[in-house]
Amino acid sequence: MLSNEVIEKLISIVTKDNFDDSQVERLVYSYDATPNFQSMPDAVMSPRNSAEVSQILKVCNEYKIPIVPRGSGTNLCAGTCPTEGGIVLLFKHMNQILEIDEENLTITVQPGVITLDLINKVEEKGLFYPPDPSSMKISTIGGNINENSGGLRGLKYGVTRDYVIALEVVLPNGDIIRTGGKLAKDVAGYDLTRLFVGSEGTLAVITEATLKLIPMPETKQTMLALYQDLSAAANSVSKIIANKIIPTTLEFLDQPTLKVVEEFAQIGLPTDVKAVLLIEQDGPPEIVERDLLKMAEVCKQEKAVSIQVAASEEEADALRTARRAALSAIARLAPTTILEDATVPRSEIAKMVQAINEITEKYDLTICTFGHAGDGNLHPTCATDARNHEEMERVEKAFEEIFEKAIALGGTITGEHGVGAMKAPYLEWKLKEEGIAAMKAIKNAFDPNNIMNPGKVFAKDSKKRVVITK
Amino acid sequence: MTTVKEKQTIQEQFKARMNEDELLNCMRCGFCLPTCPTYIESGYKESHSPRGRIALMKAVVDGLIEPDEDFERSLELCLGCRACEPVCPSGVNYGHLLEEARDIIHQNKKHSLPARVVRKAVFQELFPHQNRMRGLVGLIGFYQRSGIQTMARKIGFLGLLPDQLAAMEKVLPDVPTMKEMKNRPTYLPAIAEKVHRVAFFSGCLMDTMFLKSNNATMKLLQKAGCEVVIPQNQACCGALHGHSGEKESAKDLAKRNIRAFEDLQVDFIITNAGGCGAFLVDYDHLLKEDPDWKDRARDFKKKIKDISEILVAVDFHKKVRLELPAQVITYQDSCHLRNGMKTASAPRKLLQAIQGAEYKEMKEADRCCGSAGIYNIVESEMSMVMLDAKMVQAKATHATTIVTANPGCLLQMQLGIEREGLSSTMRAVHIVDLLVESIK
Repeated sequence: MLSNEVIEKLISIVTKDNFDDSQVERLVYSYDATPNFQSMPDAVMSPRNSAEVSQILKVCNEYKIPIVPRGSGTNLCAGTCPTEGGIVLLFKHMNQILEIDEENLTITVQPGVITLDLINKVEEKGLFYPPDPSSMKISTIGGNINENSGGLRGLKYGVTRDYVIALEVVLPNGDIIRTGGKLAKDVAGYDLTRLFVGSEGTLAVITEATLKLIPMPETKQTMLALYQDLSAAANSVSKIIANKIIPTTLEFLDQPTLKVVEEFAQIGLPTDVKAVLLIEQDGPPEIVERDLLKMAEVCKQEKAVSIQVAASEEEADALRTARRAALSAIARLAPTTILEDATVPRSEIAKMVQAINEITEKYDLTICTFGHAGDGNLHPTCATDARNHEEMERVEKAFEEIFEKAIALGGTITGEHGVGAMKAPYLEWKLKEEGIAAMKAIKNAFDPNNIMNPGKVFAKDSKKRVVITK
Repeated sequence: MTTVKEKQTIQEQFKARMNEDELLNCMRCGFCLPTCPTYIESGYKESHSPRGRIALMKAVVDGLIEPDEDFERSLELCLGCRACEPVCPSGVNYGHLLEEARDIIHQNKKHSLPARVVRKAVFQELFPHQNRMRGLVGLIGFYQRSGIQTMARKIGFLGLLPDQLAAMEKVLPDVPTMKEMKNRPTYLPAIAEKVHRVAFFSGCLMDTMFLKSNNATMKLLQKAGCEVVIPQNQACCGALHGHSGEKESAKDLAKRNIRAFEDLQVDFIITNAGGCGAFLVDYDHLLKEDPDWKDRARDFKKKIKDISEILVAVDFHKKVRLELPAQVITYQDSCHLRNGMKTASAPRKLLQAIQGAEYKEMKEADRCCGSAGIYNIVESEMSMVMLDAKMVQAKATHATTIVTANPGCLLQMQLGIEREGLSSTMRAVHIVDLLVESIK
């Protein structure tokens, strides 16, 4: 609970209109897209500029009040669930595109800009901002930067991190600092830009960002490869990369995922096959053509039963949109959907798919698997019911085994969704004690009072590692 | 104000009546947010989004919050346009949740005396009785024809009304006479070679204030090769009741309609108002707990078809020559026709088939115009924000004819045209009237 003194101070910064501690407003900012996490903040605030953010942070730092910066609340790691109460910061007033610089190929934005609006704006000018998280229609760029979001185009173009070149951030002590610049090269000191990207709001509040743009690729083609054998599909992924082709997109969907996605999208997805690869290539027409032929050849060698090339951009777009809906479509199967984000080196993708299937069977669960196979980033998603405690225990065990397997294959517990509160107990599995200590030292240097999104990334207790006996 | 006791009852009713599986089905991905007009227009307030409203309903069920004024406000401000439903990958039936929640609130809350009088008059004494609807519309007709309207306008009497109602007064169509409203046909033969036997759901408002559009609809059906039966004992669809927390009255009307239509041996039951159609196709949900009616409601629902769907299905636009003088036309979706009945391409196909006119798609044609039943009267501020946004898009098409497929949308678009001062260059019409106009 905030004291009246604090409330008065906060209102004097942003005015009454931008401070709300009513029951309803607190409730609707008590969650994000992560199942089983809900906790009410003490208040919700919408600052109008960096100076106001700075003043808010000073007050919060003085009174040790948690601060949770929030975009549209679409993250999947409970990164914006105010687990320790405090203030949820909204950026509805700070949502302007400040500049598109066509000479330096950059765009400068405020954190509240919707990702798709940004993408559309730059595409009007023949420019390209590749990161395209599935929630891009509503996610904000501030959220993307804090979570270092990926997307379908990550294989060829990388993730949000690869496009952030300058930031304005407000530190917990109220200092406003600028990092990086519109520069192709910049080695002046530590690379703080990269540090803040993906920091999940635990270090500072991002108030402005300059992003790198690239020229729009000339053409794009999309195809589907159909398989009656999961491993064959997974092998094709590694084979394509081994053949020195880097497609824009190389997505994997298994049969259970295909079925629910088709039920929602109704675009004629094949539901009678065991798995599908959604493959895209962009670039100059002759290269796209050549790569597509080559990839189709590889898929056929790996026992693809059929290859279908999208006839038009509308058809291709329908396929991409359907794929983006995969996670939420799985929610049709059961009341609770819990998804994971385990990522392995691309060469290990077939082993990982196999392991997920064995683990699913072992724990007798319904797990649909889809994801960015080309990145080695899979999203095994369990359709379950949070009210069934016995099954939830099995779900947890299954995911622990999946994490363990991913790490054993040289992978990680999360490829793009972040640690948040959800995976914090498992972070030590990946980083070891010393790794956690190093990160905590950084956190402590920026935020000694632990007001910035507390309870995220670092867990109070780490989970004991499961031992796989085979 | 809601009393403590009322809040308690409402909370208990939420626990008992809200469908928990449906609430849990929302996995909070936020895919609905960009489609929600009130979320966007309120400046991205989560409490005015579908995800927020579902979270609030669940929180009341779970006892996390009590149903206070803010909670009611969040549900009231919802248009019920259901734009969130087709984009929901999990398939949450938001409309059902909203209706149930509103019903619980309204049935357990003592409204202020004026509100009680109005609600009773409208929901129980007026809409369910077609003769009284005729009476009321007759009065409007008397007002329009007797010279009182001209006089009232001259004296400036209308200036005493709130802006909203004053503008509304201007856009009311010239209503039919009592005689016209009373002498309705009950059977019409097919004019072209007979392909279907259909029944026509005439609706309460459509068969009085918008009688002309009903006549146009029947004419189109006849020309499309349909033999048309119009049962006299049919009633108002009940949508207005259902959306306003008067579920029991809605159920009574549903039963009357099922009874009126079930023995007619028709292929389809045709509607020409998206708002009614979407409610009619939901009768099976409305009556799902009634063993005597469940199956009958399902059979009824299967036959419901919008006029534009049947016209496209029988290739009306290919068989009949449609032509208009050169003009740009555009189409504003009826939310319930699009999101409830899933009819979006048929009206466009018909309009594109009209020779001489140029069809231009309006940006965000699928976004609600702010009419939403009685929303534009009870929530006029938000409604006008939405209408102004809609008119910006309408003007950008340079269309002189805006076509709609629902009476509420039609009045709202006319209101928009009036507010923009464009009534000499732009018109709003129901699709059936434009089609009849374009028959050569």
